[in-house]
Amino acid sequence: MTIILYLLVVSLTIAAGGLWFFMWSLRSGQYDDLDGAANRILFDDAADAPIKKKAPTQAIP
Amino acid sequence: MDAIAAPASYPAMTRRVRNPDDDRSVAVEDRLSAGACAHCGLPAPGGQTFCCPGCAAAHDIIEGLGLGRYYAQRLLDAGARALRPEPAERWDLARHIVAKPDGTKELTLAVDGLQCGACVWLIESVLAKEPAVTAGRVNMTTRRLRLGWNGTNDDADRLVGRIETLGYRLVPFDISALTASRDRTGRMLMRSLAVAGFAAGNVMLISIGIWAGQGHVTDPIGPATMALLHWVSALIAMPAIAYAGRPFFASALAALRQRRTNMDVPISLGVLLVTGMSLMETINGNDHTYFDSAVTLLFFLLVGRVLDHRARGQARATAEQLLALRSADVAVLQPDGTVRRCAQEQVAEGDHVLVAAGERIGVDGILETGTAALDTSLVTGESLPVQAEPGTQVYAGTLNLGATLTIRATATGAATLLAECVRLIEAAEARRGRFVVLADRVAKRYAPAVHLCALLTFLWWYFAMGAAAGQALLTASAVLIITCPCALALAVPAVQVIATGRLFRGGMLLKSPTALERLAEVDTVVFDKTGTLTEPLLSLGGSPDPVALREAASLAIASRHPLARSLVSAAGAVVPAEGVVEYPGQGLAKGEMRLGSRAFCGEAVAAAEGPEMWLARPGKAPVRFCFDERPRSDAVEIVGRLRIMGLAVKLISGDRPEQVQRIAEQLGIEDWQADCSPVDKVSVIEGWGKEGRNVLMVGDGINDSPALAAASVSASPATAADVSQTVADLVFQGSKLEPVLIALRTARRAKSVMRQNLALSIGYNIVMVPLAVAGWVTPWLAAAAMSSSSLLVMVNSLRLHREMKR
Repeated sequence: MTIILYLLVVSLTIAAGGLWFFMWSLRSGQYDDLDGAANRILFDDAADAPIKKKAPTQAIP
Repeated sequence: MDAIAAPASYPAMTRRVRNPDDDRSVAVEDRLSAGACAHCGLPAPGGQTFCCPGCAAAHDIIEGLGLGRYYAQRLLDAGARALRPEPAERWDLARHIVAKPDGTKELTLAVDGLQCGACVWLIESVLAKEPAVTAGRVNMTTRRLRLGWNGTNDDADRLVGRIETLGYRLVPFDISALTASRDRTGRMLMRSLAVAGFAAGNVMLISIGIWAGQGHVTDPIGPATMALLHWVSALIAMPAIAYAGRPFFASALAALRQRRTNMDVPISLGVLLVTGMSLMETINGNDHTYFDSAVTLLFFLLVGRVLDHRARGQARATAEQLLALRSADVAVLQPDGTVRRCAQEQVAEGDHVLVAAGERIGVDGILETGTAALDTSLVTGESLPVQAEPGTQVYAGTLNLGATLTIRATATGAATLLAECVRLIEAAEARRGRFVVLADRVAKRYAPAVHLCALLTFLWWYFAMGAAAGQALLTASAVLIITCPCALALAVPAVQVIATGRLFRGGMLLKSPTALERLAEVDTVVFDKTGTLTEPLLSLGGSPDPVALREAASLAIASRHPLARSLVSAAGAVVPAEGVVEYPGQGLAKGEMRLGSRAFCGEAVAAAEGPEMWLARPGKAPVRFCFDERPRSDAVEIVGRLRIMGLAVKLISGDRPEQVQRIAEQLGIEDWQADCSPVDKVSVIEGWGKEGRNVLMVGDGINDSPALAAASVSASPATAADVSQTVADLVFQGSKLEPVLIALRTARRAKSVMRQNLALSIGYNIVMVPLAVAGWVTPWLAAAAMSSSSLLVMVNSLRLHREMKR
């Protein structure tokens, strides 16, 4: 029954991955505005992600 | 919102959102019909495309940026309509701008006028077309805009002005310290939930293997494999319980320290006992462990906690938003004698601030002129008003109950505002203590019963049946885990989140988490007349003498009474008079000059149609101002429908009997009382309360605010005086009364679903407890019964969500 040992390790690793993923999504603020997310999906070109940071445009001397 | 127009000379006018009390539920067809403004949909004069230059400007921007699709997208939500921009004062944004390390600037603003997803899309799209903007994101849940850009502080005015031209009102919002602690608790709960979910899934998976192995007839699980699986379960479950159980353990400890018990005591005790027993069983190599039950229990309980936290967070965010918008209203006296209304933060030390009767004092300062009774209950907890004289130190958050005051500001800025917000919110939350929530009432009887039951089980098995101590303890723990109020803890919050969310989207803001349950018990609805049953602002009838009007308005500017506000808006720019005393429900006086009701001005002429105000001046004939008063457009219908719901509808007003009777007859209200002073109103409402009635008071004036506080639950339109909005449990937007009906109906539905949920979870206990006492509850039965009861309660709550969508 050593197969159980492997299976346990594999299943726990996968589940831990899911847990880490959830924690990441929580940390990155994906649960902060659930109403907004529900509405944004209706608009074709709505910004899916926050506007990307543009590098400050600097003139090259 | 404020009736006082900024003087015409006021520089740099930007635009502001149209009153939120305007009618928002214009049907789609109306909006598209000819003669409607192409931007806001309100009627446009004589064949023009726009109703006002503000709308034309907003439309130009939207079309100019190629965002015309906004108008089509808005139609997705039948109730939403574009805002009509109105001129407003300019904010001092520079103070609120945060410089980021990467050289960009950031500003957080509260957005007023956000109605639907299209608004979010429009604001973000307009900002995205600005090259300097690095971040422009609207959070629809909290109604805040986070704006980041490359450039100088001065750019903020331009960017904010751009959004304000569209009709939204933006208010700098930096009481982040207030929300930080709430976010921390919320995230801690979510993390605990995730850990508990992870452990619950995995331990359950292993447990099913154990149960299947134990149940196998020909080839049962070997003792070594079983021990291994038990040990793995223990290693997953115990750290998870230690981590995810903290919210419950902390709360139970706190309760025990104060020598009381709450729902968390049986939960903590049950979980810890069961875990400890299971560990002993694992060490001894026995068959039954309950790790799965303990972890699943925590998982479901945490779901309830997270939902509860969310409902509360929303009520709190609403209160904060209201405060952020209200706090704008500080009237600073200019050297030339006029008044400029500006943000609290703009007031400089030494400025003279004018505080009208019924207004909240916005700054800390020294009273310069005027004497008045001050309600300092928010600041000091003193319930009786305090008489203040010139030279008295006054604090932000105090309510002015008497005359107009002039205050020299001594402390201003975010510190004062923050302190005030905290005080107001704490006061609002402390009011929860008056009412015991349904779940708490159940828990109070439930927790001791559960403990007693478990104790008796132990004693019975140990002494009567002669079982070993370990065995007796295991059975007692099974009782505890079976009775753990898991479904009970889910029953209420799940319903609350759905109901408050739905009300919030309908423009009804619940300020107290318990308001929903109190609303459900209402059997009598009491309306105030002026501004509540009738339209908030009246039009001044006839053509009054301009000199008298100006004089009257100089008194009226001190009051928030609807008649006074109508008078001020009719008079235009007004220089406020000094030393005005407001007699709530009667009128205003300054020396011998009086403005107010007929009796107050010593007039005995025959009654006239319609509401009126009299101006009595020494040596001159009294002047009458009459107003046209119309009931709100749906008042008749709503009164009828409330009655069909089985509610008694009453009307109490401080107005004259003829006037009250006229409106009462129009609306079909038989039970009305006129000439009520604020004290009368309170005693009438308290009288009904003593009769055992649960009264919902709907009112908007200062003279209603004691009555609002006295009623078991209260509602105010968003146009109400500051005091009333602070006191009311429910603030509703729009020009209709329908929200009152919707709120009542939603609350009743919510309450009945809560009851069903409680019945379900208690019914489950009645079936399961005898089995547990008898020692028949094996781990798999405990886990299955507990999960299924929790799931049943959740599914039942979701039914409410589906019903309300229809």
